[in-house]
Amino acid sequence: MAHAATHDHHDEHHGAPSNFFTRWFMSTNHKDIGTLYLIFSLTAFFVGGSFAMVIRAELFKPGLQLVQPYFFNEMTTMHALVMIFGAIMPAFVGLGNWMIPLMIGAPDMALPRMNNLSFWILPFAFALMLSTLFMPGGGPAGGWTMYPPLSLQSGSLAYVVFAIHLMGISSIMGAINIIATILNMRAPGMDLLKMPVFVWSWLITAFLLIAVMPVLAGAVTMLLTDKYFGTSFFNAAGGGDPVLYQHIFWFFGHPEVYIMILPAFGIISEIVPTFARKPIFGYKAMVFAIAAIAFLSFIVWAHHMFAVGLPLGAEIFFMYATMLISVPTGIKVFNWVSTMWGGSMTFETPMLFAIAFIILFTIGGFSGLMLALVPADFQYHDTYFVVAHFHYVLVTGAAFAIMGATYYWLPKWTGHMYSEFWGKVHFWNSVVWVNVLFFPQHFLGLAGMPRRIPDYNVAFADFNMVSSIGGFLFGASQLIFLGVVIHCAFFSRKKAADRVWEGARGLEWTVPSPAPHHTFALPPVIHDDELAHGHVED
Amino acid sequence: MTSGGIRIKAWAAAACALWAGSAWANPQPGQLNMTHGVTEWSPEPFFLNNVALGVCTVIGVLVFGAMFVAMFRFRKSRGAVAEKWSHNTTLEVVWTTIPVIILIVLAWMSTGGLVSFADTTGSQMTIKVTGYQWKWRYDYVDYQGKAIDKVGFVSKLDEQSNDTRQLGSGLDPHAVKVGDENTYLLNVDKPLVVPIDTKIRFVITADDVIHSWWVPALGWKIDAIPGIVNAAWTNIKVPGTYRGQCAELCGQDHGFMPIVVKALPKAEFAQWLAQQEAAGKAPPATPATPAAPTPAPASTATAPTATAPAAAQAAPVATTSGKQG
Repeated sequence: MAHAATHDHHDEHHGAPSNFFTRWFMSTNHKDIGTLYLIFSLTAFFVGGSFAMVIRAELFKPGLQLVQPYFFNEMTTMHALVMIFGAIMPAFVGLGNWMIPLMIGAPDMALPRMNNLSFWILPFAFALMLSTLFMPGGGPAGGWTMYPPLSLQSGSLAYVVFAIHLMGISSIMGAINIIATILNMRAPGMDLLKMPVFVWSWLITAFLLIAVMPVLAGAVTMLLTDKYFGTSFFNAAGGGDPVLYQHIFWFFGHPEVYIMILPAFGIISEIVPTFARKPIFGYKAMVFAIAAIAFLSFIVWAHHMFAVGLPLGAEIFFMYATMLISVPTGIKVFNWVSTMWGGSMTFETPMLFAIAFIILFTIGGFSGLMLALVPADFQYHDTYFVVAHFHYVLVTGAAFAIMGATYYWLPKWTGHMYSEFWGKVHFWNSVVWVNVLFFPQHFLGLAGMPRRIPDYNVAFADFNMVSSIGGFLFGASQLIFLGVVIHCAFFSRKKAADRVWEGARGLEWTVPSPAPHHTFALPPVIHDDELAHGHVED
Repeated sequence: MTSGGIRIKAWAAAACALWAGSAWANPQPGQLNMTHGVTEWSPEPFFLNNVALGVCTVIGVLVFGAMFVAMFRFRKSRGAVAEKWSHNTTLEVVWTTIPVIILIVLAWMSTGGLVSFADTTGSQMTIKVTGYQWKWRYDYVDYQGKAIDKVGFVSKLDEQSNDTRQLGSGLDPHAVKVGDENTYLLNVDKPLVVPIDTKIRFVITADDVIHSWWVPALGWKIDAIPGIVNAAWTNIKVPGTYRGQCAELCGQDHGFMPIVVKALPKAEFAQWLAQQEAAGKAPPATPATPAAPTPAPASTATAPTATAPAAAQAAPVATTSGKQG
């Protein structure tokens, strides 16, 4: 028999395991595993961030002051690998783990033990990857994209490839879990077109992950066999082609960047309606746009390769296809703004991050559109213009969405309100310094500064200094975030209500704060007007 | 910080020139926009960049403007009451169609430039560019229908830049100059010398890893890939010295293998070429010395111009000795 969600108190009689090792290393609980992913992700964020600090410190002034060029290349390579595979992706998985079962009225993920394995692979994979920095010959220094032949010159290639395989397996298993959960375990009455947009965004992202992580695995395995087993996939002298690697890598790589942004779109679509006290505008269009973006993401990969010497027809096709992606993305931005318009808005920290996302991610989208125009890209490619573009979409895009989501759901997870004052201090520092850090990089790229160089001509000095100052202050501001999270989890005395935010709708707000270790042991009764979009004509 | 007065003038000049299409030969301090370039084709990326930027600025003003108006008008603290509507199909169609139309216009504007870039036919000159870790090699193949024999040389980072860039050298990058122009990391010992008003076809490859040959003033870059020969072309309209850099990560000295193109009027170029060909026909005094993987200072300034291709292709393996290059 289904019971109303708010009366499910007998959920609580199975509490969390009392043994620390059992609870945290043998977990089968989506909330605890979600927490593990989030803690891992925050740690990786600071590790990757410290590599960025080395980069910005060296680039503070022209001349080489701090590190050798080879080590600098290790830093840029590891910064990207750690941020992409250790910070952004696990954060979204953690948020998905925590919230998807709650949002659909499921007791847990479909495959709870595989869920635990998916997480625990990651610390081992990362330890392996980071350990290469301490090996003789150092860590990988050919960029996170690992183009051969350069990447084959690294002595630590095998370790990095193995680490990537492990991370890929973790992602694939996680994606399987998410699809199985969403398709099979929704409570009765939770139709697909009544699900929160965040759940839709993860459903679609999971398909992308399953489609492309194996492609990455194939690409890096071919690197391994080329280096150690005498194959010539990417060696022209043996009949192969270095460009083949790029095609395979970017066939993974482009959907990968959408994997890193689609859940962010879902998060913004949860936060803005809550703080505008108005349903998301154009729910069906929003879902359809996410699906369209995911589909298009498979046919644009060679826009990362416009300078490689592609045939004319290929360049034209990929240019047109790439430009097309801005259409569904633009639709989403217009719909978010239309959600704000006519609402009754308040500007708590999650909403501040969501608004900053909409503005700054859109700026990243603008530079993306400029990059799509091939003749112009011949000047932008491999310059700081590209660096500016992807940091806008990944930092002020994905990372801001993750921070907004953390502020949004932290009271549900911990049962306490975070300090709104310090949340706002974190927000305002982040948004100001991130722009000081990355906006000048557009100018550097336009002026001719290439990527991945430890030193530069004095013409580039001023904007590099400004950017580095922004970097140091942005990095320091993230310590505020750490403080807010720790304070909220362990020290805050302000109790959070079940419905933490006045305008919040959805099943996750019908359970207590903190959410009990087990929720929805019995499926909830779903009332359409309790949902964020229970009325499907919208 | 550096001297204030000159910097302020440079900033002002850069700001004024943002939209005026200055053909900066080389990067300017405080430069905000891409160069208009000095070739027949280089205005193409400059134009597209400006049009796209303009379109994006307009869209941004509209969208962000709407957001700021909304944040002011529809605040709960101002007594706003939330509307109940949540969809409008007509609006969705409108704001799908208008962007598609804008994109079609941009695509139409971009396609012409792409097609013209791909057409290397009708060239009066061919130059072969080969990327190495960490220098370039230029070989002159033919000019005005005549094959050129044995004019080729390696072009690497100039000695003053190389000394200055060593970790903890204590030398000041601002002191590396040619005349008034700072050329730190943007100068080489032997520039590529070419004629103006000549369609020059480049055939570009590499010997070891992927590099990329880029001179912003020419308007394009193209990857130098071992085992592949890429082709590109240029037709430089303005005599001058144009500086660029390698644009594909190629190892530790990726940032230290610049490109310098010296464009001369045709008569002067013909003279220069004749001198090179004559020097090439004289018996070489010593075999070309490949860059040795020892901590000796680079001294290719005195190496003979004509180098046997085989010797010059002995690219050194990555060294991690104290002094780089």
